[in-house]
Amino acid sequence: MSGIPHDHYEPKTGGEKWLNSRLPIVGLIYDTIMIPTPKNLNWWWIWGIVLAFCLALQIVTGIVLVMHYTPHVDLAFASVEHIMRNVNGGYMLRYLHQNGASLFFVAVYIHIFRGLYYGSYKAPREITWIIGMLIYLMMMGTAFMGYVLPWGQMSFWGATVITGLFGAIPFVGEAIQTWLLGGPAVDNATLNRFFSLHYLLPFVIAALVIVHIWAFHTTGNNNPTGVEVRRGSKAEAEKDTLPFWPYFVIKDLFALAVILVVFWAIVGFMPNYLGHPDNYIEANPLVTPAHIVPEWYFLPFYAILRAFTGEVWVVQFASFITGGIIDAKFFGVLAMFGAILAMALAPWLDTSNVRSGQYRPMFKWWFYLLIIDFFALMWLGAMPAEEPYATFSLIASAYWFAYFFVILPVLGVIEKPLPQPETIEDDFNAHYGKADAEATPAE
Amino acid sequence: MSHAEDHEGTRRDFLYYVAGGAGVVTAGAAVWPLINQMNPSADVQALSSIRTDVSGVEPGTQLTVKWLGKPVFIRHRTGAEIAEAQKQDEEAVGDLPDPLARNFNLNADAPATDANRVMPSPEGEAPGAWIVQMGVCTHLGCVPLGDAGDFGGWFCPCHGSHYDLAGRIRKGPAPENLPVPPAEWVDSTTIKLG
Repeated sequence: MSGIPHDHYEPKTGGEKWLNSRLPIVGLIYDTIMIPTPKNLNWWWIWGIVLAFCLALQIVTGIVLVMHYTPHVDLAFASVEHIMRNVNGGYMLRYLHQNGASLFFVAVYIHIFRGLYYGSYKAPREITWIIGMLIYLMMMGTAFMGYVLPWGQMSFWGATVITGLFGAIPFVGEAIQTWLLGGPAVDNATLNRFFSLHYLLPFVIAALVIVHIWAFHTTGNNNPTGVEVRRGSKAEAEKDTLPFWPYFVIKDLFALAVILVVFWAIVGFMPNYLGHPDNYIEANPLVTPAHIVPEWYFLPFYAILRAFTGEVWVVQFASFITGGIIDAKFFGVLAMFGAILAMALAPWLDTSNVRSGQYRPMFKWWFYLLIIDFFALMWLGAMPAEEPYATFSLIASAYWFAYFFVILPVLGVIEKPLPQPETIEDDFNAHYGKADAEATPAE
Repeated sequence: MSHAEDHEGTRRDFLYYVAGGAGVVTAGAAVWPLINQMNPSADVQALSSIRTDVSGVEPGTQLTVKWLGKPVFIRHRTGAEIAEAQKQDEEAVGDLPDPLARNFNLNADAPATDANRVMPSPEGEAPGAWIVQMGVCTHLGCVPLGDAGDFGGWFCPCHGSHYDLAGRIRKGPAPENLPVPPAEWVDSTTIKLG
């Protein structure tokens, strides 16, 4: 499977041989967990394991929550309160599931920005990157629909606002919106289908995760230098790599343990910190909460959605040349999805042939600005839609697009990269010293 | 399947296209019910028309009913309100953010006069005594509050849109007047919506 030469599983006993000639599953698992992994991976490379843990956590807690939840507009809110008050340990399971979504998004954002900094999206890892973006989109869909299930005020009005985005599509928007909702407004039909899809999508994500891992096990991991593992021979590859088990598994599990300490502190002591009090009021289609805010992980893109109002010249221009088909509302929707599409296109927009940001003196600063921009958008998404936030949102949204469509293509041409190490081994030795005794595993 | 040197179309090619076509049609026929089941069900569609008894709505009060999952404001105006609405009509004419009546019961280009926004009155009541409109702010879909705002009509607390006594947007970010749904009198005390 992997392009990096390494030892493969050899069935030894009669029983192993019998199974292997019928179903080579042990060999598949062996090759997967013994995959040669660049030995210079730093702490930014632990988030994949955290993400795998989050997916498992959400599926397991989700399945048991479903044993007590009722997807009906008259009963959903009460059944969630039933989980909180009556079900044995139900409050903890629900708080784990609720905050697990936040941990999931913390991890996915760090994982994505890791990829953006170290150029993990560049050839030959474009497919890994695209699959990752699909997983991220599905995560957003799953999280959005999950948030509707408790049938609180924010559930209902969040669903109304977000499904309203589809209504902005010219000509067919209203029909699509009615089809999605199963009626003229968010109601029981909507709750039922969101429940069904919220249960389904995590398993689609799990399948995509397997494809994601398959893809980067084929190309090999990227690493902080962006220099490829030498593949001339097994001996050469072994100078640059260590097997995933046990070296990286133990490292990742240690990191996971540290992260879970923080996670448990939040779940145990401040489980509603990231939520909205309005969602503990049952949904009421006749009363709107004063301020509708999405969950924190949607805020950056929500800010982009709202930034493009009718007063912005780009919007007016788009409206003019399309004869009014693209109005301000639809433009906002296009911008929001475009912001995610821009990330997905990064492999083709980045013209630099240096992979890692470590050796790109100009790129670094633009990248740090993108991080600041991301947090700025997150803050702006939670602010009311008025001045001065509207102008700030517009500037921050413009930078997001400029980074991908202008800065990445131009930097590759004008930037003079720093010298890169010849091999991963050189980089490793530069950090940890070349000690032959240490290089031998201590077994 | 295709043969570069054979353009005449053999029996095999024919069977290939027929089988392929049948497969596509079958797949489509199988998928359509799966898509169509998500469209509004019969009971949801049945609620697209409701009758509301308004005999208990005294002048100066408002009834909010749920129609198509959204609130509808049915307001019974007092004589003073009718007079005030006519005054607003004169001062606002030609100066409205949205000059259209947005009344489903009228033509789409009807101007937003008070007369074009209200219900025809049942016998024995002054013209303009009843106004029926969707209680959904045209900005971002919040539900406006009655008897509020700078124009004595409705006020949306979400982003500060002020509607006048005829439900026309006068101030704030909302782009359009509150829409008037299809409404008619069934008898002198019952309004049919939809």
